[in-house]
This record gives sequence, structure tokens and C-alpha cells, in this order.
Amino acid sequence: MIQLTVNGKQYEVDVLPDMPILWVIRDKLKLTGTKFGCGAAQCGACTVHLDGQGIRSCISPVSRAVGKEIVTIEGLQPSLSKPLMEAWTEIDVPQCGYCQTGQIMAAAILLRENNDPSDQDIDNAMSGNICRCGTYQRIRKAIHLAAELKRSAT
Amino acid sequence: MKNFHFTLFHHTWKVIVCIVLAIASVNLMLPARPTNTNRSSAIAPPATIMPKNNPAADDNEKKREQESKAAFAEAYTVFMHPRCMNCHPSGDVPLQGDDSHQHTQGVKRGPDGKGLYALKCSNCHQSVDLEGEHLPPGHPNWHLPTAARPMIFQGKSPRQLAMSFKDSTFTGFRSIDQLVEHVEHDKLVIHSFTYGTRPPLTHEDFVAKVKEWIDKGAALPDK
Ligand code: FES
Ligand code: FES
Repeated sequence: MIQLTVNGKQYEVDVLPDMPILWVIRDKLKLTGTKFGCGAAQCGACTVHLDGQGIRSCISPVSRAVGKEIVTIEGLQPSLSKPLMEAWTEIDVPQCGYCQTGQIMAAAILLRENNDPSDQDIDNAMSGNICRCGTYQRIRKAIHLAAELKRSAT
Repeated sequence: MKNFHFTLFHHTWKVIVCIVLAIASVNLMLPARPTNTNRSSAIAPPATIMPKNNPAADDNEKKREQESKAAFAEAYTVFMHPRCMNCHPSGDVPLQGDDSHQHTQGVKRGPDGKGLYALKCSNCHQSVDLEGEHLPPGHPNWHLPTAARPMIFQGKSPRQLAMSFKDSTFTGFRSIDQLVEHVEHDKLVIHSFTYGTRPPLTHEDFVAKVKEWIDKGAALPDK
């Protein structure tokens, strides 16, 4: 049995310690907002936060999360999720939407660490998240807007 | 009178012989002098001190210099191997693979060498190597050199790299001995010899070459 904290809740899951966190949160905890893209740390679709850092859950064994806090898109703190959600809706970012969970989880870390990101900052933060629909320009716009919304809320 | 003259002459002759012998013996006791009096020092040094232009000493010094350069040439093959050079890139993007291409995901060094935002090194490079093709190798302290001291290897000739190692603003080390300490004991350096295509020398041999380069004068390669 492995003890986990996900989105502030305690769980006990009966899995092998090397099962990827992505499998555990999707298949065991039924938190299916996080997506499987490549399974090899290449695309960013599976990004979750582990103690605040944007890890790739497809290549992270669940043993990595013991004693730490996992946050998935379902549990992202409102100070970050609210401006991001509003901006994403306003700019109408998603095409198919498959990559967007990872995009938003990566963007949340950027906003947390940088209140007013430049285009370069956005590239530095987001270049590891692939969108096969090519929504990159809208993502960039939405991040600028989300940063503005976040700044005006504080 | 005749007798007197003869006696005087007889004694004078003896005195002259004595003087000549005395001068000759003093000359024999003095060390040999150089024939060329234009030399900077006309007095030869005592035999126990090697002269500066002693050919044997020159040969020995040249030999050490050559050996120092040769040792660096071997160590250079490791410094420039992808396992080492990939984390010492000329830009802010680390390199990947045996062809040293720019790291996918466009990850950047960041001020502390540990990446930026959601692209921090340790997000994917965990405490151990992941098993399987093309999965991230790992170490608890995965990082690049910092932005303030990027320690660039990529693109440097042996001479340029050796000059860099002797420059404390490049290495951040107080003395060149700390370079040995780094290559011998830094855990991330040691880890580079344990995964993927290995560098051309073992870690032990590599350290020995770096030490030899320094011990024999840290000579700068010709090119
Ligand atoms: S699914 Fe994890 S990075 Fe692509
Ligand atoms: S919106 Fe389709 S993959 Fe990004």
C-alpha cells in the first residue's frame, strides 16, 4: 500500500512503487483530467505538480510522490486556475483540447514564478508542451491575459 | 768580480724559474675560464649547480611538457565527449544524445543551471536513471553550470579549453588543484561514466590524465 496526497486529499493505493503517477491518478483515483501523450517525457500532456514543480507524471514512479503533495488540474489553486480558465475561455485557446491540461499546468508555474512574463519567458516556460493542433499563438496570448488578470486580482 | 757576476747571474736565473713555476701552478689551481669573454658571466658556476643551458635539463623539461600536452590530449577526448560536453554547451540550451543535438523541449539553463519554470531539470531527470530507450537519465543533482559561470566546452580547441581550465574566472576554482577535485569527486561527473555511450577513458584513467597534465606543468597544447 502506498500513501499519497493528491489535491489535498489522502489516498492509500494498492500499486507497485514503480507504477507511473499518471496511471495511479487516472486509473486508480479516476482523476482523468491529466492526459497520456507520449509516455516518454517528450510532450508535456501529463504534467502535474509535485510539491509545486511541473513533473511529467508518465515517467515518474509513484514512489517519487510518497511524502509529497501532488496537484492535478482538478485541484489547481484558484489564484492560478481562475485567471487561467478565464483567459483560456476568452481567447478560445483549445482546438481538440488534448494537450491543454499540460499547457495549463505548465502555464500555472510560469504565472506563479513570474507576474508579468514576456514572450521570451513564455517560450522558455512552454516550449516543452507540444500541441499537435498548433494553438501556440493563442496559448501565448492567453498567458499574457491570465497574467494581467492575476495581477489585477492581487 | 767575474765570480761575483757569475754568482749573481746564477741566482737571478733561479729566481726567474721560481716565479715562472709559481705563476704556472696558480693557473693550474684556478678553474678553467671560458674562451669567449663576451659571455655574461666569465666565472663558471660550481659543478654542483646545473647551468641554465644544461642540455640534459632542457631535454627533461621538454619531455615533461610533451607528456603534459599528451595527457591533456587524452583527457580532452573525454571533456568533449557527449557525456561531458552536453552539459557544457556554448548556448543556454543543454545538448542531448551522442550527436549532441540541442535538448528537445527547448529547455534552458536558467540562472542556477537547474532549468526554468515547468522545465526544471529535475522535473524529468530524477534521482536515478530511468530504464528504457530514450528515457531521462537521472541524478539527485542534475544541472548545468550556472548562467554566471557557464563553463563552456563546446567549440573549444584543446588549447582554448586548457587555457580556460587555467583561468579561475572560467572555473570558479581558487586553484587548478580544485579542477582535479572536481573531475575526481563530483558526483555528476562520476555519473557521466555510468550511462549511455561511455566516454573513451574510464573515470580512473581520465582523472589520472588530468592529474598528469597538471603535475607536469599544465602545458598548453599547440592548437
Ligand atoms: S505523456 Fe508524459 S510527457 Fe508525454
Ligand atoms: S489543442 Fe489539440 S493537441 Fe493541443
